Amino acid sequence: MDFIELIQSAFEALLLNKMRTVLAMLGIVIGIGSVITLVSLGEASSQSIQTQIQSLGANLLTISPGAQRTAGSVQGAGGSNTTLTYEDAIAIESAHFTSINKVSPEVSRRAQITAGRNNTNTQVIGVTPNYAQVHSISLQSGSFIAIQDVTGLKNVAVIGPQVVADLFGGADPTGNTIRINKIPFTIIGVTVSKGGSGFMNQDDIVFIPIITAQKTIFGIDYISSISLSATNADTMTQAENDAGYLLLSRHRISNVAQADFSIFSQADILGAASSVTGTFTALLAGIAAISLLVGGIGIMNIMLVTVIERTREIGLRKALGAKDGTVVTQFLIESIILTIVGGVLGMILGIILSLIISSFMNLPPAISAMSVLLAVGISGGIGILFGWYPAKKAADLSPIEALRYE
Amino acid sequence: MINVSRLSKIYKMDTVETVALNNVSFSIDKGEFVAIMGPSGSGKSTLMHIIGALDTPTSGKYILDGQDASKLSKDQLAEIRNKKIGFVFQSFNLLPRTTALKNVALPMIYAGIPKKERIEKAKILLNQVGLEDRMEHTSSQLSGGQMQRVAIARALAMNPSIILADEPTGNVSSAQSDEIMRVFQNLQKQGHTIIMITHESSVAAYAQRIIHIKDGAIEKEETNKKERKK
Repeated sequence: MDFIELIQSAFEALLLNKMRTVLAMLGIVIGIGSVITLVSLGEASSQSIQTQIQSLGANLLTISPGAQRTAGSVQGAGGSNTTLTYEDAIAIESAHFTSINKVSPEVSRRAQITAGRNNTNTQVIGVTPNYAQVHSISLQSGSFIAIQDVTGLKNVAVIGPQVVADLFGGADPTGNTIRINKIPFTIIGVTVSKGGSGFMNQDDIVFIPIITAQKTIFGIDYISSISLSATNADTMTQAENDAGYLLLSRHRISNVAQADFSIFSQADILGAASSVTGTFTALLAGIAAISLLVGGIGIMNIMLVTVIERTREIGLRKALGAKDGTVVTQFLIESIILTIVGGVLGMILGIILSLIISSFMNLPPAISAMSVLLAVGISGGIGILFGWYPAKKAADLSPIEALRYE
Repeated sequence: MINVSRLSKIYKMDTVETVALNNVSFSIDKGEFVAIMGPSGSGKSTLMHIIGALDTPTSGKYILDGQDASKLSKDQLAEIRNKKIGFVFQSFNLLPRTTALKNVALPMIYAGIPKKERIEKAKILLNQVGLEDRMEHTSSQLSGGQMQRVAIARALAMNPSIILADEPTGNVSSAQSDEIMRVFQNLQKQGHTIIMITHESSVAAYAQRIIHIKDGAIEKEETNKKERKK
């Protein structure tokens, strides 16, 4: 019996028992499909978290105010610390450190915004023009806050797409007026969406000139934070030191441990996040292992049952003169065909499913070749092994025993 | 043709030994129609399995066509089953969901006969057993007698010298049973050696010689003088 003949008769046998073939194939398709889908979704979520963190800005340092730990200092009420001022930011900028590219002082509070009858409560951030570069903000229309707007104490605003949607139903609002805490502001620009999902919604935001924010809206003389962009990733530490010592001397603090501010770098945030993604990856590996196990057991069961059900057929074929090797080869070829066809279908199903689900969940599509290889390799191996092994055992029986098998 | 001498078969189940055949000797000539009779448990099936190269004896010699078949490898036995022996089983043992034509062609696959030739031969054989209008029917669409005729056609596929029938009329109606026995008689006339196991004397009556087996040994042998003719 030559090889082509064997393949032909394997196809014939598979087609003769459509129900059995479909069931066995379904086991393989579901097994492989679910592993690919689960692993890809996990991969996509973990990538999405990382890109969200990176989108906060490149080479970013953030200086936050903190309570000075010396007796007699005045503490800010309600937990807000007041140790940083606009002048601190100007001082860092005027020092022209080679390690520091841009300095962006920021005042951030929530406020009630109205436009006609619509109103929303959102984050209002007082900024200088540098904010756009430090935080990689780009505009879909109009222009960002200019330095004249800051020094001239202008009532102008740049708003995020979410605010446009809430207040203007999506129409381009440039030139329109909104009221922030009842004070009118002219809209001069709209930012490009940075992705509405995630833990910091950078689309639901209103930017106004920082001095306007301090004097006109919030009535304060301090600022919430200073963001710095280092010239490159290597000068991050230098930038942290330059800005830190300048502020210490401005605040007349000699002991670093008593600093009334703290500096975080994006590396710190990334570090924290990478331990989160590490946990995530372990979780994924667990999910993949369990789905491989479940899929594998499903495939194993259907293949075992299928072959055991055919023990009498094996006995008959042997009685009619089939050699053990021929019978085993025939069953092996059948299970290889089943596994290949089922594997390809499962791969397609898994890829389509993960694309559909990730588009529903606003995740980037991430189908890892690793998960496809793993799923197809292991499930395929199980399919072939458990097609071959029971057939081998049945072929080892004497023809009479196999024929009598119930 | 067939020469069996001092054949014994002992089955071992754990520590219990069951003697199925005990020192059985006989010979069958080419072209004979022999019936082996005996009650259930007499060892007639074991004897049939050994003659059919489905099993090997514990001791003794089985000469088939001048070849000692008691000492062959599994693959050599498979080849003997394929080329020299045609089986007809009580429960037909046709492949389910497979057409009569493909069932008959099955043994020829294992002999490496090309497909076209297989189909042609199978058609001729189904004609011979009177099933020319049932070639594309699967076993569920055939009656017991028709299924047994398909099985006989399959047994003839490799033109074997010996046809072994194990209770061939056990699962068919009595009318069809006569018909099947006449097919066997015709095959004998064409020169096939036929060995049939049965416990019905009315079926055994078609044979020329009857070997009676009881408790694993030959009880008596008789030549059938009142051989049934149509």
